[in-house]
Amino acid sequence: MSGELTSQTLKQALAGLAARRFSARELAQAHLDAIAAARALNAYVLETPEQALAMAEASDARRARGEARPLDGVPLGIKDLFCTKGVRSTAGSRILGDFRPTYESTVTANLWRDGAVMLGKLNMDEFAMGSSNETSAFGPVVNPWRSRGSNRPLAPGGSSGGSAAAVAADLALGATATDTGGSIRQPASLTGTVGIKPTYGRCSRWGVVAFASSLDQAGPIAKSVEDAAILLASMSGHDPKDSTSLPVEVPDFPGFVGRSVKGLKVGVPREYRVEGMPAEIETLWAQGVEWLKDAGCEVVEVSLPHTRYALPAYYIIAPAEASSNLARYDGMRYGLRVEAPTLLDTYEATRAAGFGEEVKRRVLIGAYVLSAGYYDAYYLKAQKVRRRIADDFAAVFERVDALVTPTAPSAAFGLGETGADPVAMYLNDIFTVTVNLAGLPALSLPGGLDAQGLPLGLQLIGRSLDEGTLFQLASALEKAANFRARPEPWWRA
Amino acid sequence: MSIDAATVRKVARLARIRIEDARLEPLAAELSGILGWIEQLNEVDVEGVAPMASTEAVLLPMREDAVTDGGDAAAILANAPRAERGFFVVPKVVE
Repeated sequence: MSGELTSQTLKQALAGLAARRFSARELAQAHLDAIAAARALNAYVLETPEQALAMAEASDARRARGEARPLDGVPLGIKDLFCTKGVRSTAGSRILGDFRPTYESTVTANLWRDGAVMLGKLNMDEFAMGSSNETSAFGPVVNPWRSRGSNRPLAPGGSSGGSAAAVAADLALGATATDTGGSIRQPASLTGTVGIKPTYGRCSRWGVVAFASSLDQAGPIAKSVEDAAILLASMSGHDPKDSTSLPVEVPDFPGFVGRSVKGLKVGVPREYRVEGMPAEIETLWAQGVEWLKDAGCEVVEVSLPHTRYALPAYYIIAPAEASSNLARYDGMRYGLRVEAPTLLDTYEATRAAGFGEEVKRRVLIGAYVLSAGYYDAYYLKAQKVRRRIADDFAAVFERVDALVTPTAPSAAFGLGETGADPVAMYLNDIFTVTVNLAGLPALSLPGGLDAQGLPLGLQLIGRSLDEGTLFQLASALEKAANFRARPEPWWRA
Repeated sequence: MSIDAATVRKVARLARIRIEDARLEPLAAELSGILGWIEQLNEVDVEGVAPMASTEAVLLPMREDAVTDGGDAAAILANAPRAERGFFVVPKVVE
C-alpha cells in the first residue's frame, strides 16, 4: 500500500484523498518513510516529519468539514532557496548557517494556503549556482537513475537537483524549484521529470533567496504535465511585495492539458543544433517534431541568430547581479560571522569561510565586470546582447506559437566529471539560458531514454505569459512519448 | 582579457572575500578562462542597441506612501550572530 501511495501522481492522489481511499496523514507518512529510506540520495537537507504530520492532520480535518482546498493533503518538497517560517533555510550555503526565517516566502505561502503539506527542504547547488548539485555545502545529490549495468553515481543536474531527484524517486508528489539559467529544466531533463520555468514575474520572488534578480523565477518539478500545471496554478499570482511580480490573472493552467494542438505552429530553431551533440539527442528532437506533426501541429524551421551568445552574456549578467545580491552576507545581521581583528577582516574572513569555491568565483567575476574601467566593455555589452537575444525571440514569435528544442546537451553525467573546468559545467545550460535572458516561459518533459537507459528531455519555449500553450503542447508530447520508465530503487535502505 | 594574481587580489578586496595567497594564481587562471570564453561577445554588432536590464516593459509600480510594516525588532534580531538589549552587536567600526 505504502509504495502505491508514493508512486502515484499528484492528480491521482487528489482523487484518492477526495474519495477517502487514504488520509492525508497516511499519504504524508508513506512519503516520510520513503524519505527516511532514501538518505543515500542526499535529496533532502532537512526532513520536517512533525510539521508534515501536523499539516496533514489539519488537512484531514478540513476535508472532514467539507472545506478541502485545491491541493489539500498533497505532500511536497521545498527547495532550500525558499524561506520557510521557523524552518532552517540555507540556500545550500554555509554562510546562512542555521538561519531560521521569521517569515514565509510568497510561493510556499500560496501552496500552504491551498492545503499542501511540507515534507522538508531540498538540497541544491549553493545559492543556485551550479548545474550538477555538486556545489552544495551539504554535498551532492545522487541521481536516482543509473546507467544500465553500472553502479557509477550520476549527477541529478542542478541547481534544483534535490527537487528533481526527490520527485523522480517518489520522495514527494511534487517540488518547488527555481530557474535562473536552467535550474528547473536541466535537472528535470536528467531525472525524467517535468519542470516548468514560467514567465518572469509570474511567481513572486519574495522570500526566495536572491541569486540574479532579473533572471530568477520559481516553478514546479512534477511527475506529469498535468501535475506541473496544477502546482504552477497554485504557486503563481500577483504579489505587491515583489515589484517585478506581474499584476495579471492566473489562467486555469490544468484546463490546457489535453486540449487539441491541431493547427498550432511550432518552430525548430536551427541554431540549437550544436556541434558535438549526441546523436541520440538529435534523434529524440526529430522524434518530438514527428509527434507534434502527428498531433496536427505545423512545424517550421526558424532562426534565433544570437543563440550562441546567450551563455557568455549570462555569465556577465548573472555574476554581476549575484555579486551585488550576495553583498548582504556580511556576518552582521544573520548567518555566519568569523570574528577577526578589524571590521574589514571580519567581513573578509566571514565570506571566505562561508562561501564555496563556485560562489566565490562568480562573486569575483561579478565584482570584476562591474568595476571601474570594465563596466562598459562587459556589463553594458552583455545587456545589449541580451536585447538582441530577446529581439530574436520576439521576431520568431510573430510567426510561431512555440518552439521545440532539446533541454540539455547530454544525459546525466557522472558526479565529479565536469568539476575541473567551470566553462564545461556552464555549457549544460546552453539550450535553457536563452529564455531566462528574454523572460519567456519554457517547459521540459521526458521524451525517452538513451542507449544507457538514461532519460532525455524535450523543451518547449512559449510567448510571454503563454504557459497555457506550453501545457497544451506538452500534454500532446507526453501522450505520444508515453514515457513510463522508472529508476530501479537501488537506494532503498 | 587575462587576469593576473594582483588583479584577483584587488577584486577580492572589492568583494570582501579573503583569498589565500596560494589560491591567487589558480583563481587568476580560472577567471581568465571564463573571461576568455566571454570575449566572443565582441563578435556581436550592438551598434545602436539599447541595453536591457529587465524583461518587463512596464514601469515599476508605485504604492501608497504609508507604513506597512514595523514593530518587529525581535523578529529582525532573531538570527543575529550577536544581539544585546534590542541591538545588533557588531565589531568596532571607528578605529
